[in-house]
Amino acid sequence: MTTAAITTRTRAVPAAAKRPGLPGTLRSELTKILSVRSTYWTLLAFVAASIAWAVLDCAGIASHGVGPSFNAAEASLTGQVALGELIIVVLGALVITSEYSTGMIRTSLAVMPRRSVLYAAKAITFAAVTLTISLVTSFIAFFVGQAILSGKHYNTTLTQPGVLRAVLLSAAIATVFGLFAYGAGAIIRNTAGAISAILGFIFLIPLLAQALPNAWFADLQRWLPGGGALEPIARSTPPIDGHLFSAWGEFAVFSSYAAVLLAVGAWLFIRRDA
Amino acid sequence: MIEARGLTKRYGDKLAVDDLSFTVRPGWVTGFLGPNGAGKTTTMRMILGLDRPTAGSVTVNGKPFAESYSAMREVGALLDAKAVHGGRSAYKHLLCLAETNAIPRRRVDEVIGIVGLEDVAGKRSKGFSLGMSQRLGIAAALLGDPDVLMFDEPVNGLDPEGIRWIRLLMRSLAAEGRTVFVSSHLMSEMENTADHLIVIGRGTLIADCPVAEFTADGTTLATTVKTPDDQRLAAAVTAAGGSLEQDAGQELTVRGLSAEQVGELARDHGILLHYLAPARVSLEEAFMELTADSVEYQAKTGAKQ
Repeated sequence: MTTAAITTRTRAVPAAAKRPGLPGTLRSELTKILSVRSTYWTLLAFVAASIAWAVLDCAGIASHGVGPSFNAAEASLTGQVALGELIIVVLGALVITSEYSTGMIRTSLAVMPRRSVLYAAKAITFAAVTLTISLVTSFIAFFVGQAILSGKHYNTTLTQPGVLRAVLLSAAIATVFGLFAYGAGAIIRNTAGAISAILGFIFLIPLLAQALPNAWFADLQRWLPGGGALEPIARSTPPIDGHLFSAWGEFAVFSSYAAVLLAVGAWLFIRRDA
Repeated sequence: MIEARGLTKRYGDKLAVDDLSFTVRPGWVTGFLGPNGAGKTTTMRMILGLDRPTAGSVTVNGKPFAESYSAMREVGALLDAKAVHGGRSAYKHLLCLAETNAIPRRRVDEVIGIVGLEDVAGKRSKGFSLGMSQRLGIAAALLGDPDVLMFDEPVNGLDPEGIRWIRLLMRSLAAEGRTVFVSSHLMSEMENTADHLIVIGRGTLIADCPVAEFTADGTTLATTVKTPDDQRLAAAVTAAGGSLEQDAGQELTVRGLSAEQVGELARDHGILLHYLAPARVSLEEAFMELTADSVEYQAKTGAKQ
């Protein structure tokens, strides 16, 4: 038994035309995200919460009248920015932590051992799905809210300065929030842990910062992740708080935090034992 | 072909795999044996690149697995049947795996047919029995029609029919010229399946030999005899190329000759035998004997700490 008989077998699967990489893995990740119920539940909750907030907020304004800081776009979009984010982080974390909790990560890496490809494909797929849904949500929340406000002629339109920007950025910020959670999920590898870490980071840090002397807080506030710093994003007019950056500025600050977390997550994802 | 050279994995101060070198060749079913905790799964994880070796290297078809051109066409692995997202249907699970390597959809249907999961393919795998999960895992391993197949304890949780099915499957995969590497802590399982054995204990290599050699090694050709004329029997056995040793009491153990040969020898020399029986040691016992050392070693070091 020195040599084994080796027969030439016919291949049941055609050879790969090119080395499997990002395109196939993106398809795979899309199949993954669309084939589990948790995706539909979280997205449904996100859409419902964002639109419900817009309806309640605008209906309240329509019946009680407007205050000095009133901004019609913000009334429609705050729900998505303030509440929707809390829901979308769940999906962002789950996309990667569920692979660890179920053990699926070992199967995923056994079929796609190029880890950077898998990590990128997951992030891109999640971002694409979330951005699509949150853009639709953003526009629905905007139009529904403005329809309610129009009864008192408080409403605005997409053609007014800064309004389209607020609608688009509100959707983008929800997506970035999700990516934030994805990065944390890659680092912590545990759903509850990742979500807690994100919420702690976004809410606790601004809260603790308020304990600082007022002058310091005013200087620091614009650099903080979340909290009041997110406010300008949903507004069509410049921020009321003069210490904050503009909408784009605050969006850039927040996205930078997310980018750092994603990069750390990637580094660990590639290096650590699965 | 899988080649491990000086493969070592350390978790903290525990050495899970210690300087392991072996080659798994195509066309054979190679059994990977060892007691629980011997380092079998860790070794397989390193082959797949899930764990990074502390030292040494392992290649699949000459390259580290992560550098393979199309991973699924090179290696199909079933490490843990429950390592799937339970909320996903069996079909979607296989589809999402196939898509990564541009494997056509029809192949997904094909492998579902091969493992006999047609009736439950649309169901979420959460409700699957361990046996069904094993079949799903095997379907995933077969998707890419790979040259190398690796199964970690594949018969766990299978009923006798399932065990028979997987044994035949592994044999046929090897007969097609593939490399089949299958781990087990059950020697009896390997006796009927494997051509070649790699035995490890405490992360180190204990044996690397054909199954036949493993059982033959001082075992199958042993015969227990009782005779009032042991002097003459000893002379006859030695002349015939065997050896004879005195056991406790009146029993003698003859090595190097079969029971039939000993009986014929006794008749030819007119030696009276009171008892004659082949002392065939099973693969299981040979395995226990070999790994006993590594288990003892474990107990000793445990006591020192």
